[in-house]
Amino acid sequence: MNVAAHAWHWSERLGRSAAAAVTELGYIAALLAESVWWIAVGRRHRQPVRIAPVLAEMMEIGVHAVPICALLLFTVGLMLAIQGLHTLETFGAQTKLVPLVALSITREFAPLIVGILVAGRSGSALAARIGTMQVSQEIDALRVIGINPVRYLVAPSLVAMLIMLPVLTVLADFVGVAGAAVYGAPRLDIDYAVFGAQTLEALEAGDVLQGVAKAAIFALLIALIACSTGFAVTGGAEGVGRAATRAVVVSISSVVVADMAFTFVLTR
Amino acid sequence: MSGPVIEVRDLHAHYGRRAVLHGVNLTVEPGEIRVIMGGSGSGKTTLLRHLLGLNRPSSGTVRVLGHDLDRLDERRADALRRQIGVSFQGGALFNSMTVGENVALPLREHATLDESTLRVMVRLKLEVVNLAGFENLMPAQLSGGMIKRAALARAIALDPKLLFFDEPSAGLDPVVAVELDELILKLRDALRMTIVVVTHVLESAVKIADRITVLDDGRVIADGPVAEIRDHPSAQVQDLFQRRPRQAEVNADEYLRRLTEESVE
Repeated sequence: MNVAAHAWHWSERLGRSAAAAVTELGYIAALLAESVWWIAVGRRHRQPVRIAPVLAEMMEIGVHAVPICALLLFTVGLMLAIQGLHTLETFGAQTKLVPLVALSITREFAPLIVGILVAGRSGSALAARIGTMQVSQEIDALRVIGINPVRYLVAPSLVAMLIMLPVLTVLADFVGVAGAAVYGAPRLDIDYAVFGAQTLEALEAGDVLQGVAKAAIFALLIALIACSTGFAVTGGAEGVGRAATRAVVVSISSVVVADMAFTFVLTR
Repeated sequence: MSGPVIEVRDLHAHYGRRAVLHGVNLTVEPGEIRVIMGGSGSGKTTLLRHLLGLNRPSSGTVRVLGHDLDRLDERRADALRRQIGVSFQGGALFNSMTVGENVALPLREHATLDESTLRVMVRLKLEVVNLAGFENLMPAQLSGGMIKRAALARAIALDPKLLFFDEPSAGLDPVVAVELDELILKLRDALRMTIVVVTHVLESAVKIADRITVLDDGRVIADGPVAEIRDHPSAQVQDLFQRRPRQAEVNADEYLRRLTEESVE
């Protein structure tokens, strides 16, 4: 192939990928709108978003993620204290460790780590579940029974994520600061209680809220990307595997990018 | 109700640019068992998806129980779906639920019943398909024939007027396949349903059908009572009945176009 043909080939591929991306964005927006619609007026149309599946999803997405989430944030807190103290010592500013840790964890690390964790655990599971149902015609079966798949499958997961990600993030705030205190308090020669009190002093409500708001945005991203990837599955078991992988990769990437964008806007 | 249960007029359908159905016409009268036959790739599954309202036609109309599927709002579509039961090829049972919960789902969603009535209804439906006592098993624990029967129990949960059955005997051993055919006949006689069966299995079609519609390459090539189809003059219909391999017609221009055309997804 000559250069012109190569260029043509690549520009065509680029165009197709761009068109596919726009299509998917539109699909995700439609999914969100439809979910909100069912949550708002489903009951009036005798298609309510039921509480039981929402609670089941909250258990799976939130409660079952607590141990691993606590472990990760404790470790991150510890790491922040070690690294922070090491860096601050060069300026002789060790006393600034507490505000450094408190702000980093509540504004950045807690929501980000929780987002990545939930994307990995529940995003892939959701995409695989919906993908499997798509492949085995269970989605078609729902439709012909007169059960809207978005109302039945997407809305409960979306609600559960929107509740549990912020909750996990607040929990992560506590555990992260505890992790930092375990290393930091003895090195600063202060009591754990004093470390805690100084943390509260360093924080404003807005810092915690910023983290919680981020977590809510991540919840939307993860749930919608996972569901739209699941619905798009074709090609049997292999397609389901690909969808699970893709859901994780795309949702983690979008969580990281959204985090940066959010931080940029809020720190201006 | 009076008038046909299903009325398809000049239905055209495409997957991407590929035409799958070319002007299909079909009329199904109340109480009849209609078998839609055809080899793989004949468009019978696509036609079924259109009859279920899962696909939108490129052109033409599909009327089911008097409603034009393309012009239904969500509420009326819901009401219509309550009168239709579907048993999918692989069963499409919800794998995360027991057999009993699968059968109960349409009842839970569309009828307000207390739990004990619901349980009785579920057992009643499972009794009809000879699966009584299996309600606590998961779909993964069932054999192929049991999955089809469980799917059938779910399909008839709301006592539909119209029942669709996709490939009832595909992948089953002959004895189980015959049992399912008997079950379909029993359902029609006992519950007076109109039943549309899509299949490529000849014995099954001849046994249960009142009328047979034969599809080939997205076109209806024969439509009539069983005896008429059996003696149909068309070579394609006879190929299907005699199980002869299809005679491929070679069209040089068409062949060249297929080889050189850009592939489009």
